[in-house]
Amino acid sequence: MLSSTKADWLGNIRRDVLAGLVVAMALIPEAIAFSIIAGVDPRVGLYAAFSIAVVSAFVGGRPGMISAATGAMALVMVTLVKEHGLQYLLAATLLTGVLQIIAGYLKLGSLMSFVSRAVVTGFVNALAILIFMAQLPELVGMGWQVYAMTAAGLGIIYLFPYVPVVGKFLPSPLVCILVLTAVSVALGLEIHTVGDMGQLPDTLPVFLWPDVPLNLETLKIIFPYSAALAVVGLLESLMTATIVDDLTDTGSDKNRECKGQGVSNIVAGLLGGMAGCAMIGQSVINVKSGGRGRLSTLVAGAGLLTLVVFLSDWVGVIPMAALVAVMIMVSIGTFNWDSVRNLKRHPLSTNVVMLATVIVVVWTHNLAYGVLVGVLLAALFFANKVGHFMYVASELDEEQSCRTYKVVGQVFFNSADKFIAAFDFKEVVDKVVIDLERAHFWDVSAVYGLDKVVVKFRREGAEVELVGLNEASETIVDRFGVHDKPEEIERVLGGH
Amino acid sequence: MSDNKSNNKQVNGHSGRTEPVVLSCIDGSRYTSAVCDYASWIANVTGAPLKLLHNIERNNVPAVADLTGSIGLGSQEELLEELTSLEQQRARLMVQQGKLMLQAARERAEMAGVPSVETCQRHDSLSESVIELEDAIRVLVLGIRGEEHGDSEAGLGTQLETVVRALHKPILVVNRDFEAPRNVMLAFDGSEAARKALAMVRSSPLFREVSCHLVFVGEADKAESLLAGASTQLEEAGIDVTANHLTGKTVDALIDYQREHAIDLTVMGAFSHNRLRDLLMGSLTAKMLLNTRQPLLLLR
Repeated sequence: MLSSTKADWLGNIRRDVLAGLVVAMALIPEAIAFSIIAGVDPRVGLYAAFSIAVVSAFVGGRPGMISAATGAMALVMVTLVKEHGLQYLLAATLLTGVLQIIAGYLKLGSLMSFVSRAVVTGFVNALAILIFMAQLPELVGMGWQVYAMTAAGLGIIYLFPYVPVVGKFLPSPLVCILVLTAVSVALGLEIHTVGDMGQLPDTLPVFLWPDVPLNLETLKIIFPYSAALAVVGLLESLMTATIVDDLTDTGSDKNRECKGQGVSNIVAGLLGGMAGCAMIGQSVINVKSGGRGRLSTLVAGAGLLTLVVFLSDWVGVIPMAALVAVMIMVSIGTFNWDSVRNLKRHPLSTNVVMLATVIVVVWTHNLAYGVLVGVLLAALFFANKVGHFMYVASELDEEQSCRTYKVVGQVFFNSADKFIAAFDFKEVVDKVVIDLERAHFWDVSAVYGLDKVVVKFRREGAEVELVGLNEASETIVDRFGVHDKPEEIERVLGGH
Repeated sequence: MSDNKSNNKQVNGHSGRTEPVVLSCIDGSRYTSAVCDYASWIANVTGAPLKLLHNIERNNVPAVADLTGSIGLGSQEELLEELTSLEQQRARLMVQQGKLMLQAARERAEMAGVPSVETCQRHDSLSESVIELEDAIRVLVLGIRGEEHGDSEAGLGTQLETVVRALHKPILVVNRDFEAPRNVMLAFDGSEAARKALAMVRSSPLFREVSCHLVFVGEADKAESLLAGASTQLEEAGIDVTANHLTGKTVDALIDYQREHAIDLTVMGAFSHNRLRDLLMGSLTAKMLLNTRQPLLLLR
C-alpha cells in the first residue's frame, strides 16, 4: 500500500511545495471553522487536518488530492459531540477508519459506478450550501462590524489576485486573514476571534487512546455515527478523486483511496483529531496552484501544523469574520454553478436526481441520505427509460390460424406488465408462436410474465410455441453471471 | 470483439504482424541517431523489419500555477477548460516534434539500407508501450539516457531499469555512436539468463562474423568447467571464441577487459538475482550499465 512511484513524489517538487504551502494556509481557517461546526476545540480539527493530510499523502490513492478535517464530516458528528463528548468522537473516528479500510478491501470503491454524475453534482452543491449555512451563526446578528469585516474579507479574497506582481504569489485568503486581523487588533474591535472558540494547539499532537469504556454500550453509541462518517467520507473522497482525475487527466486507485482514508482517520483519532476526508475546494486550489504529486499533500499537512504550533498566539486573535469570508469563498468555489445553467439543458430526470440530492442533504444535514436518495431515483429513472425499449409486433397467418408475436427489447420487472398487455388473449387462433429471439429476459419477473402469457393462451385453447426461448432465458444475469464473461455478453447482446 | 481490439491496435500503429520487429525507441536524446543506426544494423543482419517508436510522455509538470489560493465562481469548470487547452497545445507540439524525429530516423534507417521501416507514435510511457508490444519484439534498441538528461555523461534513463526488468526480450542499450561490432564479449556466470545469452550468441546471425570473448569473473574452480562447456558450444556454432577467466570485482574486471581488448559490444544476462538482493547489494546489471562505455546487449 505504501508503494508509490517516484513520479508521484518527486515528479514536480518545486510546484508541489509551493502549492502545498498555499493549501496549508487555506486549510487553517477551514480546520478551525469545521471544528467549531462540530462543536469541538479548534485543536481537534487542526490535529485532524495535519494527520489526515500527512498520512493520506503516503497511503492515499489519488496523488495531489487534499484530505483533512471537512465540513461534511463535521456535520455528521455534531450530535455525537453534543450528547457524548469529545472522547466518543475520537472513538468513532477510529471505528470510521476501520470501516473504511474494510470497505477498501471489499473493493467498495468500485461501487462509485452506481453514483451518477447528477448525484455527484447534487452532493457537491449540497456540500457548498451546508458550508455556507454553517457560517451563518458567526455572521447573523453579530453587529455591523462583523458584516463590514466579512465584506472586506471577501473583497480582498476576490480582488487581491488582480494586484500586479504580489497578487499572483501571495495566497489571497491568507492576505485577507492578515489584513483583517491587523485591522481588528489595531482598532480594538469587540468581535469574536478564533481564541474565543476554544483552545489552540501549542504543542505537536501526542498519541492518546480515546478515554471511553470498551464495551457494547460504547459501540452502540458510536457505530451509527461511524457508519455514517465512513459513508460520507468515502463518498466525498471518491467524488473528489474523480474531479481531480478529470482536472489532471490521470487515473487514481479508488479502492486504495478507501483504505488510505481509513488509515488516515485511525491515525487522526489516535492523535486527538476528528474524522475527515478529501476536500473538493482545497483539492481544486491545489491543482490550480500547480500541485500534482503526493508531496503537495504532505507539505500542506506539515505546513499547517508548523504554522499553527509556532504562531498559535497570533492565530488566537484572528477575527472569526475573516474565517467566515474564507469559508464563503470555499463554498462559492465548491458549488457547481454550471449545474444551474444546465437545469435548462439537461433532461428532467437528471435535474430531479440532482435537486433531490441537494434537498435531502440540506434537509437532513446528512450527505449519505442525499446520495442514497439520488442513487435510488437515478436507478428508477434508468429502469423506466430502459423499460421503453420493448415492443411486441405480431402478424396473423389466417390460413393456418396462427399468430406470431415478435418480442423485441428488454423485459424485466418494469416492463413485464407491458409485455403481458401486448398479447391479445381475446383473439381466437389455433396456434400462437412467440418469437423471443430479440428479447432479453433480465429477471424472474420477466420469466414469470412469459409463463403467465403461455398459460393464458393455453387456457384459451391455443397451442403455444416459443421460439428462441432458451437463449433468451439464459440472459437472466443473476443465474449466469455474464458480467465477467465478455464473450457471453457478446452473445447475449448480439441480437441487437 | 477481438476484431475490434486488433483494429484499434492497428490504428494506433500496433499492428498484429507475425514477424517480430527490431523496435527502436526514438526520442530527442543525443543517442537517437546511434539507436537508429544500431537498430538498422540489427535489422539488416537479421532481415527483421524495423519499427521506430516515439512516445509522447505526459509531462508531470502542470501547465498552470496560480498561487492566489482563491476559487471563484465555477472555478472547477474554468480550471478544467484552461488545463485542457494548455495541454492540448503542448501535446500538439510534442506530436509534431515526434513526427519530425520519426521522419528523420526513418530516412536514416532507409539510407542504411533497411528495406522495411515502420513508424509509430504512442501517448504512453516508454516502459508501458514497450511492454504492450512485447510479443511483437525481436530486439529492443534504446538509448541509455533519455531526452531529459541532456548532454549529461552520467546516470541512467529513468525508465531503463523498468524496461529491462519487465521485458523478456533481448535489449540493446546504446551509449555511444554506432560502430559495427567486430568483437563481442559474452559475460558468462552460468546463470539462467547467462545461458540464454549464450544461446542467443550461438543462434543469432548477428554474431556470425564476429570474434567472441567468453569471460567469467569468479573463483578458479568454477571457471574451468563453465568456460570449457560454453566455449565448446560456441565453437560448435562456428564462432571464433577466446575464453578467459577474470578475477576481482565483477564490474571492474569486465570493464577493464572491455578496454584492454577493445570490445565493441557486451552480451550478458540481466537482473538474474532477486529484487531484494539487488536492493541490498546493488544490482550488477545497473552497475554495468552505469560504468560501461560500450553498448550492452541484455537478456533476461
